[in-house]
Amino acid sequence: MKAVLTLLPASLLVAAIHAVNAQDVTLRLPKSIEAGSALSIENAGGGEATLYVVGPAQVLKRDVKAGEAAYFPAKSLYNAGHYIVILAQASGAKTGSFDVTPSSAPDKLSFLANPSRLPVGVRHGISGAVYVFDAYGNLITAPTPVSFELSTPSGATQKDHLTTSVGRAWTQMDSTSQQGQSKFVARVGQVTSERIIRQVPGDPCTLRMRSQQAGQQLELQTDPVRDCSGNAVPDGTIVTVTETYPGGKSTVDVPLKRDIAEVKMPVHSGARFSVASGVVLGNQIGGEK
Amino acid sequence: MLRCSAIVAVWFVLASSMVAAQPAVQVNFSQVQGPRPLEEQTKTAAIHGYLKSWQSMSEAFEQNRVDILDAEFVGAARDKLADTIGEQAKLGIQTRYQDRAHHIQFVFYSPEGVSIELIDQVEYDLQVIDHGKPVSTVPVRARYVVVLTPSEVQWRVRVMQADSE
Repeated sequence: MKAVLTLLPASLLVAAIHAVNAQDVTLRLPKSIEAGSALSIENAGGGEATLYVVGPAQVLKRDVKAGEAAYFPAKSLYNAGHYIVILAQASGAKTGSFDVTPSSAPDKLSFLANPSRLPVGVRHGISGAVYVFDAYGNLITAPTPVSFELSTPSGATQKDHLTTSVGRAWTQMDSTSQQGQSKFVARVGQVTSERIIRQVPGDPCTLRMRSQQAGQQLELQTDPVRDCSGNAVPDGTIVTVTETYPGGKSTVDVPLKRDIAEVKMPVHSGARFSVASGVVLGNQIGGEK
Repeated sequence: MLRCSAIVAVWFVLASSMVAAQPAVQVNFSQVQGPRPLEEQTKTAAIHGYLKSWQSMSEAFEQNRVDILDAEFVGAARDKLADTIGEQAKLGIQTRYQDRAHHIQFVFYSPEGVSIELIDQVEYDLQVIDHGKPVSTVPVRARYVVVLTPSEVQWRVRVMQADSE
């Protein structure tokens, strides 16, 4: 035994001797090891035996001489989990258990950011959740500092500094008042994960229409259509112009082109023209005839 | 933020094909974090998917068949379990996981509803069989951290990781 122990790294020696966690006192196990660390399993007794280290995340089997330490080199056990150890001999089995814990060094982030596209000026409109994993893909369940940062093309940023709970953290942020692509970054130590959030103009804020007589027709044109933050509403957005007159009504849908909608409509006696886009109503104009 | 204080204790009846004794299941929603309410239908589906995953895992490990995992596991959880089954097959080992009790606590429902995290204090019996010969059966208590994600029409296990209680 002494000869075997002198070959083991000091940390392993401490782990093996410090915390005995075996149901059977003849099987000496560490309470836990970090993923990827070497492992020594000692037992008392004699004769041939088979050692099993079993869990859903990994399984090992080794023929051993009972009474000798079984040494598993680094990276033998790398998946975090609760492992059952069975030392099986003809005379019976000794059992124990220990944990493989995730490495404390983050290596990968699973960053769920939503949505990928949203209107400007939405409070708590952007959400992000991050799960933190080590190099072996184990969820790091120990509290770990995480930061989230949302930055717009103009340089404005929103930040949130949090600590993970059972491996994850989440945040909510507001979409900004400026349209464009924003970077949404989750950072844990030196590990980052980035998502692009596209912020698009919101619904038109106000609609204003002007008119000009053009022969028998009335030429109607809106002012440039913008959202409530001043962003130009995208071309193609439909603006609806409605002419109402005694005995009838006619409606024309006009797509915005270069921020403006324009249309020519015949003028009926007593007609009134109104303009709308989505749920936004604009001004009304009386036709002259 | 959902602050449901109800602790629901249920005896879950899984698929009728489940031959073994049903595990006792206790579920607690009082600690769920996240801005999104966890609807009853989602709770039921997530619990069902998770408990079904234990049934699938047990069958897969007993028969050393990776394909059984596919219905309930996805991503890293599926890959890790599949690797273990591959190791078992190489070593001539089979394992039988018989869950006896689950004490499930939902801890997180992500803002857009794309992940659920739960902690399960599980009690189960682990039997190891080597080349057809039972080696030992060990009663186990462990804490499982589980992340579920929606996949097609059900919740599947994406992360499943245990430690001591």
